[in-house]
Amino acid sequence: MASNHVKYRIGKSTFFKGLTILLACACVVPLIFILIYILQAGLTKINWHFLTNLPKPVGETGGGIANALLGSMIIILVASVIAIPFGILCGIYLSENKKSKLAYWSRLCVDILQGVPSIVIGIVAYFWLVKPMGGFSALSGSAALAIMMLPIIIRSTEETLKLLPDSLREAGFALGLPFHRVVLKVIVPCGISGILSGVMLSVARIAGETAPLLFTAFGNPYLSFNLLKPMQSLPLLIFNYATSPYNDWHDLAWGASCILLIWVLALNIFTKLMTRKWKVQL
Amino acid sequence: MESSVDTNLATRPNDNLGRVVSLKPEGTVSTTKRIKRSFRQIRAEKVFRRTLIIVALVMVALVLGIMLTLVYESTLSIKSSGIGYLWGKTWDPVRDIFGAYPFILGTLLTSFLALFISIPFSFAVAVFLGEYYPEGWFSNLLKNTVELIAAVPSVIYGFWALAVLVPIVRSFESKIGVEPVGLGIFSSALILAVMIIPYAASLGRSMIHMVPSNLKEAAYSLGATRWEVIRAVIFPYTKSGLFAGVLLSLGRALGETMAVTMVIGNTSLIPKSIFAPGNTMASVIANEFTEADHPVYLSALIELGLVLFLVTVVINMIGKKMVSRFTNE
Repeated sequence: MASNHVKYRIGKSTFFKGLTILLACACVVPLIFILIYILQAGLTKINWHFLTNLPKPVGETGGGIANALLGSMIIILVASVIAIPFGILCGIYLSENKKSKLAYWSRLCVDILQGVPSIVIGIVAYFWLVKPMGGFSALSGSAALAIMMLPIIIRSTEETLKLLPDSLREAGFALGLPFHRVVLKVIVPCGISGILSGVMLSVARIAGETAPLLFTAFGNPYLSFNLLKPMQSLPLLIFNYATSPYNDWHDLAWGASCILLIWVLALNIFTKLMTRKWKVQL
Repeated sequence: MESSVDTNLATRPNDNLGRVVSLKPEGTVSTTKRIKRSFRQIRAEKVFRRTLIIVALVMVALVLGIMLTLVYESTLSIKSSGIGYLWGKTWDPVRDIFGAYPFILGTLLTSFLALFISIPFSFAVAVFLGEYYPEGWFSNLLKNTVELIAAVPSVIYGFWALAVLVPIVRSFESKIGVEPVGLGIFSSALILAVMIIPYAASLGRSMIHMVPSNLKEAAYSLGATRWEVIRAVIFPYTKSGLFAGVLLSLGRALGETMAVTMVIGNTSLIPKSIFAPGNTMASVIANEFTEADHPVYLSALIELGLVLFLVTVVINMIGKKMVSRFTNE
């Protein structure tokens, strides 16, 4: 009687262990399906012609995504130029002034910003930049993406610098170094691995962002280098072409998805390897 | 420019320090140079400190600015529709009737459905990685792969769902005898469920890691099985952490735009069932923002954004508070 009960409990335990393992492994299945499907649909479309040509109008086969590739790179580059210095400085402030009132509010704002849906940031960028400047522009798209990058950069900078021992800072001060040199020449170099991983993570995060670009960078079927004019980007191209009814455009979108996916996953995996090598905790 | 300011700064206190300098006859020039340099450094230090404070202030101003912009731009709609905006059942831009109820319902349906589907999976990952197999290459692989789920851009999820998931759902729908549309709340909830697994899973894993081993060992010594330890020790101990993870997932699901926009079907009617097409707050904004041709319409869309912003902020803040309380204990 008693042994039956024990058997029942052990059986139950084994059952739940099996269930847990099954469910945990099942999580990965959709990701693998998506990866395989997109690689299959996309890789055949990618060739030199695809990478260097502009999309063709409806009805003509062929064409490429050169404008979107370049546009994505430009938009992300400008966003990084805006967000990286700002984010690192803010992170330094938060780690240097842990207890001040401003640090408390600033930290709260970073937390809030992290949870704001990307589409809301798009709306705000529209009213801050697109409307005053009188039209959609790549710059406003970059600004929106920069706002999305900030929380990640600030958090990782703060967390990394907080872990550095106080003796480093004190040693710098004991040598008579002024505050800015202690920070810029001692503390930041010591934490550079963590800061860089945060930056890369933030770039990986915004590379695939579409929603904030819908009303800012807007998209452009032609090649454009003008920051004050609409510009195409990979996620926008995928969204526009994927929801169009034309098969040729779907093909372009599959190729573009494949490139975007490889790009984003490579950035993520590279960051992960870097953090492991440098033993950073994010 | 730079040097002239420096000499000014250096000459002013020179009388004060001049006496000290005169005590040391070797090289007055180098001493004044050194003084100049240290004043420059003091100045730079001040500038640097000030810059840091300004940056932190700008950060606060940025978030306040986002909130104020949303409030300011939606005043027109708040004035014209009032609080009834939230439960108005019709959304008809042509007749200037704006009721957000269909979209709020659509958002809640997709998000909670996605949450219910994803919770068993994300908790399973959390328990698997936190309790059963915290070490080993397979666990590492699983952990990294689950984290990669969050890295895939949402527009790619949407495209895949449009091409693969929607036909599957459509055939499923015709099998169970609903109108086979494919696009709709059910499809978006499915793809959302996949996308939000990692958030609750990674937080849950770190929470389960933090359960003190003496608690677990005490339970084992009383003869508890593995499952009983998980159910009676680990779950109660980490319950607030696990709940916080669910909240963070929910926050993600509410604000998710692109994937949902692509597969939900985009109609402003109130969804009749979970298989019907609908719209979420985020997808309405994405679809109609650039088409809004008169100010009240635009303002009504921004009010949706404001509601979305407030809801996600509150959910995220509660989640973060719970996490920080848990980790401090």
